[in-house]
Amino acid sequence: MLALQTSTERSATRAPLLSLRGVGKAFSNGVTALSGVDMTIRQGDFVSLLGPSGCGKSTALRIIAGLSTPTTGGLDWHGETIGQRDLGFVFQEPTLMPWASVFDNVWLPLRLRGVSRAQAAAEIGEMLERVHLTGFEKAVPRELSGGMKMRVSIARSLVTRPKLLLMDEPFAALDEITRFKLNDDILELWQDRKLTVVFVTHSVFESVFLSNRIIVMAARPGRVHGEFDVDAPYPRDERFRTSADYAALCRDASEALLGAINASHQAYRGRA
Amino acid sequence: MTAIDQSATVAIDAEEVRRVRRERAERIGRWVLPLTIMALAIFAWDRICVWNEIPHYILPRPGVVLQALYNDAALLFSSLLVTLRITFLGLLLAVAGGVGLAVLFAQSKWVEMSFFPFAVVLQVTPIVAIFPLINIYVDNQTTKLLLCAWIVAFFPILSNTTLGLNSADRNLRDLFALNGATRWQELWLLRLPSAMPYFLGGLKIAGGLALIGAVVAEFVAGAAGQSSGLASRIIEAGYRLNAPRLFAALILISATGIVIFLVLSWVSHMMLRRWHESALKQER
Ligand SMILES: Nc1ncnc2c1ncn2[C@@H]1O[C@H](COP(=O)(O)OP(=O)(O)OP(=O)(O)O)[C@@H](O)[C@H]1O
Ligand SMILES: [Mg+2]
Repeated sequence: MLALQTSTERSATRAPLLSLRGVGKAFSNGVTALSGVDMTIRQGDFVSLLGPSGCGKSTALRIIAGLSTPTTGGLDWHGETIGQRDLGFVFQEPTLMPWASVFDNVWLPLRLRGVSRAQAAAEIGEMLERVHLTGFEKAVPRELSGGMKMRVSIARSLVTRPKLLLMDEPFAALDEITRFKLNDDILELWQDRKLTVVFVTHSVFESVFLSNRIIVMAARPGRVHGEFDVDAPYPRDERFRTSADYAALCRDASEALLGAINASHQAYRGRA
Repeated sequence: MTAIDQSATVAIDAEEVRRVRRERAERIGRWVLPLTIMALAIFAWDRICVWNEIPHYILPRPGVVLQALYNDAALLFSSLLVTLRITFLGLLLAVAGGVGLAVLFAQSKWVEMSFFPFAVVLQVTPIVAIFPLINIYVDNQTTKLLLCAWIVAFFPILSNTTLGLNSADRNLRDLFALNGATRWQELWLLRLPSAMPYFLGGLKIAGGLALIGAVVAEFVAGAAGQSSGLASRIIEAGYRLNAPRLFAALILISATGIVIFLVLSWVSHMMLRRWHESALKQER
């Protein structure tokens, strides 16, 4: 039997990896996407950023990835700094190169690091096996279903063995069954590779199923509304999805999200 | 067994049958219809000549034109070769120049802003008006003609490729940045492939334009008696009221243009058929 830890036990023992400290982001069109955002991601966390549309989830993720610089505040790396080359990024769309085969798409990050096709083959093969796409190496993206494309995208993000994986609503466009399957896969990868994952979603159910911690965000301006630990053991499977615990946790998260949405509306009305 | 057979016949419903039939008819019609119309037009042309007793130096009968094409084949085809050479060299230079400039423009918005207007000026000024200048400054006959064909043909390639290089997917560009891609890697692995469909669209236009450029240049140069391409055959035939040969040369030029277009369309289709929307066969 595996010794199951609850997430609180685990997160208490985890070392902090990075902190957003008073991060604000204003765009030139006058939109304040983020304002005074504080959050800490710990080593080995699976953190969900949950919030209504437009609350700055993507912006926060892009700031963590270094694709965007904060207007105010900053990013603190505890221990080692994880540069852009050591993180994986999964976009909302599969974002594959339509002219390239599945193999070449997964090869891309390694290729950009100067790894030859032959050198990369073993790692790519293993990665494709992990996402159940063995045998599709030669297919081009248009020959794949939406779920398969997303798997390619995940394989591509992990082929460089990153320490930190950032995912921006990766499964939002998929049907529920495919999403469940991919949720299982991503949890398995997270545990096997001891990843730290920051997962943006607007689905309460998905965030509760996946994460050990949920950060709820509110909009106008984008800010952290609250955060809580998801007190349920890993590994999580179908039994967890149908358990009373899961339902109760979803109810809590829903309430928190509803609070955040109300806060967003009030802020909006207050301004108008 | 019978159950399976039945379901196989049932699988195609009446609408599907109609669709398949319509598609087959369309496929055949795409070739048969224009060819039929063409044949009818040629027949009408012949009849008009006969009924109105039009002399062959005004409007020769199709048969006479064909005869001229056959009799003057040596002369006409050697001229065609001259024109083709200019056309293809011009197109080749247009591809090199258009893509080269587009890549240069893609390196910096400032470069693009500075030089693109000049490309537009070159494009919108009629080549016939520029040629006298070229005639003054350039000595070599072939260079003159090439320059003309190039000026006429390079713009669609430049403009399309520039657009293509700039329309690479934003997220893919972020991905390249995250993975520390060099400028060269981004150009080679992302921007150029993204620009491919645009470039090929430009190429299809440029192919026809290169021919036009070559023929126009020959016309202007030929008026000064310095050319041996198809255009000069036309001018010559015009002076001598040799209408059959004039028509024969004209037909050769049109046929060349059509062949160039078909070949470039085929090349474009072959290069894009695996991935780009424009070249995909619809599978319903
Ligand atoms: N490049 C940009 N320029 C101007 N405004 C922007 C830009 N990017 C985002 N915004 C604005 O910032 C706010 C937050 O955007 P962001 O994409 O981070 O939201 P989100 O939480 O990811 O929303 P969604 O769930 O719909 O993806 C929005 O109001 C958006 O209009
Ligand atoms: Mg977003």
